[in-house]
Amino acid sequence: MSGRLHVSPANAEPLAVSRDPRATSHEPASSAAGARVWVLGSTVLKILGLAVFAFLLFGPLANLALWSVAERWYTPFKLPVSYGMRYWEVVFRPTGDAMSSLMTSVGIACLTVMVALAVSVPAGYALARLKLPWRTALMILFLLPQAFPSVAIYINVARVFYSIGLTGTITGVVLVHAAHGLVYSVWIAAAAFAAVDRDLELAARNIGASPLRTFFTVTLPLAAPGVMASAIFVFLESLDEFTGTFFVGVPQITTLPLLLYNASMGGNYQIASITALILLVPSVVFMFVIERFLKADVLSKVGQ
Amino acid sequence: MARPSFFGLLLIAPALAMICALFLYPLGFSLAAAFTEPGGGLSLMHFRKAFDLYSTDILFTLFIVVVSTLLTGLFSIAIAGILTLGETPWLVAALRALYRWPLFIPFIVAAQCMRTFLAKNGLMNNSLVALGVMEPLQATSFLDWRGIIITFVWKQVPFVTLMLAGAMASIDRATIEAGRNLGASRIRVLIELVLPQVVQTLLVGLVLSFVTMLSVLSVPMMVAGSQPTMLTVDMAFRINSYGDYATANALGVISYAIAGAVAWIYLRHSVKREVQA
Repeated sequence: MSGRLHVSPANAEPLAVSRDPRATSHEPASSAAGARVWVLGSTVLKILGLAVFAFLLFGPLANLALWSVAERWYTPFKLPVSYGMRYWEVVFRPTGDAMSSLMTSVGIACLTVMVALAVSVPAGYALARLKLPWRTALMILFLLPQAFPSVAIYINVARVFYSIGLTGTITGVVLVHAAHGLVYSVWIAAAAFAAVDRDLELAARNIGASPLRTFFTVTLPLAAPGVMASAIFVFLESLDEFTGTFFVGVPQITTLPLLLYNASMGGNYQIASITALILLVPSVVFMFVIERFLKADVLSKVGQ
Repeated sequence: MARPSFFGLLLIAPALAMICALFLYPLGFSLAAAFTEPGGGLSLMHFRKAFDLYSTDILFTLFIVVVSTLLTGLFSIAIAGILTLGETPWLVAALRALYRWPLFIPFIVAAQCMRTFLAKNGLMNNSLVALGVMEPLQATSFLDWRGIIITFVWKQVPFVTLMLAGAMASIDRATIEAGRNLGASRIRVLIELVLPQVVQTLLVGLVLSFVTMLSVLSVPMMVAGSQPTMLTVDMAFRINSYGDYATANALGVISYAIAGAVAWIYLRHSVKREVQA
């Protein structure tokens, strides 16, 4: 049975189903030729399956890229009628909406990272190294904002913020993003500190370093890649956040996801697609570099 | 040990305060708004209104999320299975390089991609027509419940697969080899030997996906039309059009209940496992 079973997401392909029973009914005499036909057929099937998979995976992204360079594209035409970079100029014009949203988005994301790190580095250290009562419950508490249907929370955050004048302000949006990203920053920071070899800290203490000096010269530098990974997670989470900004930030704060949403609902697919491509860049870059920052020794301690 | 413990609480206090102010307090606020009547007493009137107006959408939401979760599980098992048990090196390598792409793509970007890709004249229909698989007249828009499910599955499969493939890579290869040597097919090895060892990871991934899909606002708004739609869109509509916090919060509590039910199923399963172990 070894070469015959073809488990693939393209299982739905009628070819895969119809060919299996035929292969089993070959006469023993023609089995060598049959085996060769089978090997060929299975390779063709695998290529086909992979092609369908790649099409489903990249088709939507290809369509996005096409829209971003389509100057005119309407119904009967399968491909854009005319190509051009006109809308890119519109987006990247220094005075345009898109540039200011990009600035707003990046600014909010940087502030969010600072706020999240400021509270989660101490918290992560405490969770990793110090005796805390109900440690598991505390860890789960940080997970809750991610593991809860968030829309209902955000509408109430918006209501509370409205009463203290925080709706439509950068501060309000940063707070919402930071609370949402806290699970990454706290959990990963705790894992990063837990992965630091305790003997190195003890050695520093033995030769006379103060606890504070030990932390800043030994523990923190060793945990830095993990903390960096958590910062990247929080940054991306903030950059991509839509729901919270939708309720807390409007109408004054327009981040890139909100610009994308408004452009798309307004039927301006070019602007929407270009904005989406800008948002894609950090996501894809991160997918490739994540393994450099999040080493296996840290990863294995996440959530413990 | 009293002193370090106190110091630890001091270090963790700012983070806790943030969660309390920005999560627990609004959560209490939403429960209070959902269960109190205008006069101040406890009542279920908002739930009655929510059920009257949105019972179709509640069922629609459940249908979408359950089907998406099941499909996500199925595809993740298939892909992780090929990555673990595949015997064609180039296929495994290609799949490993491909499947992760949507992992960090934001939901709103995925929604915009699908909004164009799945449309009546989108790239999907156009490609099928160009390949001769389909007649131009047969092209239909997928921008309804199917579009939402496709977007959710497209976005969540890499996440669950990543967790699942990691878990499958760390199980004892000897059990797999033993099963193969005894003549079991790869599908049978996958279902009877590998899956039972990673079912806990699969469940965690699926529960997280379930709750994520339950809370996404952008995908149902951008991919599908207005009726029927998902609870998140209804909540936003109640707030933005009527300022009706009571009904919106009642819908919110219903979505907590759905998420809670799934979490309970998961917990019951893991408790049962621990008892067996």
